[in-house]
Amino acid sequence: MNTPVRRIAVVVIAMFLALMGAATWVQYVQAAQLNADPRNVRTLYREYDNFRGPVVVGGEPVASSTPVDDPFGFQRSYAQGPLYAHATGFYSVVFGRTGIERAANELLTGSADSLFWSRIEDLVTGRQPQGSSVELTIDPAVQQAAAAALGSQRGAVVALDPRTGAVLAMVSSPTYDPNVLAGHDTTAVNEAYRALDADPAEPLVNRAIAGDTYPPGSTFKLVDAAAALEAGLTPDSELAAPDVLPLPGSSATIGNFGGASCGPGGTVTMREALRTSCNTAFAQLGLDLGADALREQAQRFGFGAPLSIPLTVVPSRFPEDPDAPQTALSAIGQYDVRATPLQMAMVSAAIANGGEQMEPYLISTVRSADLEVVEEASPDVLRTSMSQATAQALAEMMVGVVESGTGTAAQVPGVRVAGKTGTAQTTDDAAPHAWFTGFAPADDPQVAVAVIVENGGDAGNEATGGRVAAPIARAVFEAVLAR
Amino acid sequence: MVTVAPHRVRPRRGVELGLLVLALALAVGAYALVGLNVTGELPGNIAGYGAGMAVLGLVLHVVLRLRAPYADPVILPATIALNGIGLAMIYRIDLAYAARDNVTAFATRQLAWTALGVLLASVVLVVLRDHRTLRRYTYTAMVVGLVLVVLPLVPGLGTTINGARIWVRLGGMSLQPAEFAKIALAVFFAGYLVTHRETLTLAGPRIGGLHLPRVRDLGPILVVWACSLAVLVFERDLGTSLLFFGLFVAMLYLATERTSWIALGMLLFGGGALLAAQVFPHVDARFDAWLHAFDDDVFNQSPGGSGQLVRGLYGMANGGLFGTGWGQGRPDLVPFAESDFIVASLGEELGLTGLLALLVTYLVLAERGMRTAIGVRDGFGKLLAGGVAFVVAFQCFVVVGGVTRLIPLTGLTMPFLAYGGSSLLANWVIVALILRISDSARRPAPAAPGRPGSDRPDPGHGPGPGPGDGYGRDPGHPGTDHQDTEILTGLKEARG
Repeated sequence: MNTPVRRIAVVVIAMFLALMGAATWVQYVQAAQLNADPRNVRTLYREYDNFRGPVVVGGEPVASSTPVDDPFGFQRSYAQGPLYAHATGFYSVVFGRTGIERAANELLTGSADSLFWSRIEDLVTGRQPQGSSVELTIDPAVQQAAAAALGSQRGAVVALDPRTGAVLAMVSSPTYDPNVLAGHDTTAVNEAYRALDADPAEPLVNRAIAGDTYPPGSTFKLVDAAAALEAGLTPDSELAAPDVLPLPGSSATIGNFGGASCGPGGTVTMREALRTSCNTAFAQLGLDLGADALREQAQRFGFGAPLSIPLTVVPSRFPEDPDAPQTALSAIGQYDVRATPLQMAMVSAAIANGGEQMEPYLISTVRSADLEVVEEASPDVLRTSMSQATAQALAEMMVGVVESGTGTAAQVPGVRVAGKTGTAQTTDDAAPHAWFTGFAPADDPQVAVAVIVENGGDAGNEATGGRVAAPIARAVFEAVLAR
Repeated sequence: MVTVAPHRVRPRRGVELGLLVLALALAVGAYALVGLNVTGELPGNIAGYGAGMAVLGLVLHVVLRLRAPYADPVILPATIALNGIGLAMIYRIDLAYAARDNVTAFATRQLAWTALGVLLASVVLVVLRDHRTLRRYTYTAMVVGLVLVVLPLVPGLGTTINGARIWVRLGGMSLQPAEFAKIALAVFFAGYLVTHRETLTLAGPRIGGLHLPRVRDLGPILVVWACSLAVLVFERDLGTSLLFFGLFVAMLYLATERTSWIALGMLLFGGGALLAAQVFPHVDARFDAWLHAFDDDVFNQSPGGSGQLVRGLYGMANGGLFGTGWGQGRPDLVPFAESDFIVASLGEELGLTGLLALLVTYLVLAERGMRTAIGVRDGFGKLLAGGVAFVVAFQCFVVVGGVTRLIPLTGLTMPFLAYGGSSLLANWVIVALILRISDSARRPAPAAPGRPGSDRPDPGHGPGPGPGDGYGRDPGHPGTDHQDTEILTGLKEARG
């Protein structure tokens, strides 16, 4: 009877080898995958268990963690929740992370590669590992001014430093309070999230960079003008500007705002056309330059390119293969042209910076727990959007818009301001979107801005970019120049 | 008959004592670390706990010195180590629950059960002077086994906990009779098979190359098997029926040496399980939770989904290679972290390394049991030792395989580690049985049979002790085992 005992003994060994294999599979081979499973609250708990670094704006923490006596260990709170909600995002037990909380998660938890030595130091000194603090480029005064000027209207404001690409303000309205989503009571968080998610005003959407992109309307004429100047035209070149432009190959026509005439004799200089935002002149210019030239110039401003600041920015777009009437409409920022407010701010910023477009960024400095600088943003040229001569000519034309054109509401006393308004048609029954983009001071640009107010905001059907969006831009300019 | 020069076989109780100290250090160290890592200080009762565990270990050690001096020296320390590590983890989970305002005293109760288990094992070792006595109770064991199996079905006595009707409530305590039934059934199978193995092997028709036994020889076994399978149906306990079935097939193979039986048995069980999955939704749900564990709807389904299984996997993945350390993980996130899923808890805090070490300890335990079966000279002892050693190993396989998603999850508990009195008591009895049999396996044959003045029954007419490890060698021809036992019975009767 010993032979079967020996065989059973071998079977037992085989069973245990199978168990060891299974354990190795779970704890070694599959471990990373299991740890990354979004349903695995353990990873979240482990993360919460560490002191998460703060998000800092202007020296003050706007997102910080405080120890609490519950299984999570730390509670995330947002000092000025609604004001910075779309920059910080939220950090939720139930719904994960958004915004900087997501984009800079590894820095905030302290697990980023760049914090390797800091972790070794923690290990050696026995210090409780802490995440690093992430300082944003946002200027609190500018952010507050932009948010106050936008008020309760739906829309967004983006302000950049054209010389570096630093984001000075990023406001999206309506906003929400991330504190209600950062709670540890999952039922309450669930309810709050559902309410926000179901809100037709879409408070959770960051309109500045990641909303449903908007038709840029007349602000896109800056792209037309840049393409024309690069093609050899000058601001004084005469453009054909009929009162009504029949669109080739169709029965449709393009007229000017309020049916106005752009100039006597059916022609107008490009400078004058931009100042008065003449639709027929730019539509004809678009037809003359061709869709390819327009698209190429748009791409040189960043249309179609992916971008991360490090929040992910939805790429703006120019239609792939428009026919002639579509090209004419695209030239005045209608049809299928779509842009984010950040993209339009980047157009102004490139013009302000002599044609060099700086890469936009939101994180200025990362400091380890002992306040040592771990990472510091270094401004980078993203692309050359146009020649310096073109940029200078365009800047002068934009100054005209604010001095005596459609954008007079953006004037700041004693400062030369450059800008362009836009009033973008959406659907027939909705009021148009009001746009403004520009920079100041024109001779020494410190800030480039883009403003959109959805569906005319408080002004409704009476809204134009000059009337609704330009004053908001002025508030931003004043806030920057008052520093 | 004896042609080999006699070897002096040493009892090796000293080795056992050394290993026991090591096992106690491991158990008490683990307990202390849990306190230090969770609360920042040593557990308040660490001295009492350490002393208690030491006393329990030493009591059994002394009992062995007095009553079974040649017993295997590795089994007791391995068991104490497993029991102690289980206690430390259960204490750790008590602390985790307490942190969530859910005060439990699993560890205290488990410690009491451990004391009871050790006491029971000592009683078995003292009362049962020779394992062959058990053979006389073959049919008693069958009846006891069957009664224990059906006990939870008795109205008013049995209770349904978490969907399975495998519990009996007695004076405020919940017991799982199936844990004890497996011992009774092992005794029955061993007694029955050793008597009938020749007829089972030789008599009967041969169909298509497969040798079938006569129905009247196989009858009682089939009855027991059918009853144990009924457990699956009426008590909704997949694990226990699988365990009984494994025990049945393994012992049948031990007795008959026919591989075809294993193949046939597995086919039968596989077919039965598939059929059960078709007919009974709770069995089907278990298969679903196994095969599609990560599907969202299976994961979120409750009860009957894979949530617990997958959370256990998350825990083990969190532990990784080296574990989070005692008290540093979150094993309490898995339901039943102290009982059914204690393996996942240990995997999380001790890591793959710790889990493999535990598995090796179990393997050593089981293989020592197998070694005992090889060494012991009588057929009944061989079958009993092999059977109970296999059932411990198989239970580990079913539990750990279920938790690691190697096989479908069943409701069995890990021997010695998991919280639960019935399981602990039953497994301590099994250890006592193996220790008892290993004593007669390793004990040298007396120089002259029937030496006067011996206070022990003659272990039998085995050949001289084998070289080295002290285990005797079996000559291997079928007649001997049977003969030995017969002679022994004769001796007993003569003494009576």
